[in-house]
Amino acid sequence: MNQNIPTMAEMAAEGKQPEILFWVGCAGSFDERAQRITRDICKILNHVGISFAVLGTEEGCTGDPAKRAGNEFLFQMQAMANIQVLDAYQIKKIVTGCPHCFNTIKNEYPGLGGNYEVIHHSQLIQQLIDEGKLKAEGGESFKGKKITYHDPCYLGRGNGVYEAPRKALEILDADLVEMKRCKSNGLCCGAGGGQMFKEPEKGNKDINIERMADILESKATVVAAACPFCMTMLRDGVKHENKEQEIQVLDIAEITVRANGL
Amino acid sequence: MIAQILFIIILAAAVYLFSKNVAKIRRNILLGRAADRSDNPALRWKTMAKIALGQTKMVKRPLAAVMHFFIYVGFIIINLEVLEIMIDGIFGSHRIFSKPLGSLYGLLIGGFEVLAVLVLTACIVFLSRRNIARLKRFSGTEMTEWPKSDANYILIIEILLMTAFLTMNAADYKLQLLNFGHYIKAGSFPVSSLISPLLPSSANSLELIERGCWWFHIIGILAFLNYLPYSKHFHILLAFPNTYYSNLHPKGEFSNMASVTGEVKAMLDPSFVPESAGEPQRFGAKDVTDLTWKNLMEAYTCTECGRCTSVCPANITGKLLSPRKIMMDTRDRITEVGKNIDKHGKDYADDKTLLDNYITREELWACTTCNACVEACPVNINPLEIITEMRRYVVMEESQAPASLNNMFGNMENNGAPWKYSQADRFNWADNEGGQ
Repeated sequence: MNQNIPTMAEMAAEGKQPEILFWVGCAGSFDERAQRITRDICKILNHVGISFAVLGTEEGCTGDPAKRAGNEFLFQMQAMANIQVLDAYQIKKIVTGCPHCFNTIKNEYPGLGGNYEVIHHSQLIQQLIDEGKLKAEGGESFKGKKITYHDPCYLGRGNGVYEAPRKALEILDADLVEMKRCKSNGLCCGAGGGQMFKEPEKGNKDINIERMADILESKATVVAAACPFCMTMLRDGVKHENKEQEIQVLDIAEITVRANGL
Repeated sequence: MIAQILFIIILAAAVYLFSKNVAKIRRNILLGRAADRSDNPALRWKTMAKIALGQTKMVKRPLAAVMHFFIYVGFIIINLEVLEIMIDGIFGSHRIFSKPLGSLYGLLIGGFEVLAVLVLTACIVFLSRRNIARLKRFSGTEMTEWPKSDANYILIIEILLMTAFLTMNAADYKLQLLNFGHYIKAGSFPVSSLISPLLPSSANSLELIERGCWWFHIIGILAFLNYLPYSKHFHILLAFPNTYYSNLHPKGEFSNMASVTGEVKAMLDPSFVPESAGEPQRFGAKDVTDLTWKNLMEAYTCTECGRCTSVCPANITGKLLSPRKIMMDTRDRITEVGKNIDKHGKDYADDKTLLDNYITREELWACTTCNACVEACPVNINPLEIITEMRRYVVMEESQAPASLNNMFGNMENNGAPWKYSQADRFNWADNEGGQ
């Protein structure tokens, strides 16, 4: 099924303005696993009939990993270039597929002149559920399945978004379980602060392995994620424990798409 | 009369010495860079009331929260009694509040006694958690001899003060029963009446005990006051301003460096003239004076409870990083800088810096910026900000980021993504529709 994914350039050429810009992010654009999440977010947008567009090749990294790693120059270069593009298209509202992009555009771009209403895709899904536009019917049944949710740092502690992703899971009629470290006490997957792009410092184990213990203890068969970097770390953890047959790691958007048979 | 003069001299000396040391700490804090935390006073008061006064962030660990609450309430309320002790000491009176307060006085003294027992209990529990149960949270590389002793001293002093207070009351109670001298019937003694049988029955020895405990208690309190500026226990004062000046932005938001904005704008638009911001500042932090006054205030506020370190993913997995150490190192270094100023004058520079002499690069690079430490701190201390400022120095002033991060920077500069993919391929995901 080929879906309609318009770019801002195409929209602008036709003199149209979308309701919302979908900010895909680097992981969502290039990482094969995250690309599937990106396409699923598009499916949801198309399914509910929200007019949207992406920047396509005009999008550039928000600068998040550079900023967390201490390279403020590079961050601000990226930010200002992106703000120029966004403002040229008169973007007002943005949904992101990644908590890092979400945090950076929402909190750090305003000080550099970029003011937009920014939501994370889990918040969009929550809104659509609240408005009755999105249900959990016509697709795979998650009824009775043990599902746990891993809070991404930049969505949870970073921005206080704990309920939206959980709301998306609540309509599944599944057996939702919390890990012992959840919400504001949630344990990092180990990817933030530039760690995704370097080897960890010397220690006695990797952080995602520490997190796997919480996952195994919860006995969940589905781990819901909401961040492409957590996705990578959690999947590596599952592989490390040889639990690929028993435990699936799925993004909130993928679960929504599956539950609705999109 | 001699007792009164002696008391006034001791009191004045204690207050003077304390003010002098507090002024020094204040000066040290103000060695930090500027930071504007003057906005939104209403929310700031509310934050302080909730977090410092109401201790809402303590409840995550219920046992510690309850025990700490006993000591905290005991400390504040028993200070009413200290007020009476001060007045009695200056004017040579005895239990001056007993007449004007009437029956309420008995209730108050009775309440103080119950609180004193709760404080005693909590201190004993805390001591045994540290020294017998040896909770992991109270150990770690930064928990060397001094921080461990400091914690024990505080608890032992509090136990001694409460014991003196109760013994004083017990002697007073017994003297009251004997209708001895000026020991008028005042107060009720639900706890000390139980220990009074342990005391001798001669009025003279009782008076000696009562006076002895009275002096020990008040001199102990004044000595403890002067111990505070050297101790982690300073948090009982700084917790309030520190929470008032809390960061009110979302935790995920890192500051945008204004000095960088000017340069980036000039790079993108050659006609742009950056505002001259006076003396050029170093990018990021190499030493404590490159941090803001708020970072330094936080260092003096830290009571080394280790909640930050116990939730730090890097520390949990055996890395060198410990957020508590970041705060303790910052305090030790700013104290050292302050001492240098006292000894050698304002412009003296030793050859040490916070980076390398105190905090290693290995610690800085282990951080995932997950904000768990910031969330865990009961008084809103932010170790992450110091880590970030130091990373900024290492990357922007020294270009000494780990090689893999330099690769990431290079990719971002050249392709607009942290990985080595071409910008032209950025929209290819839409073509792989069938490939899932």
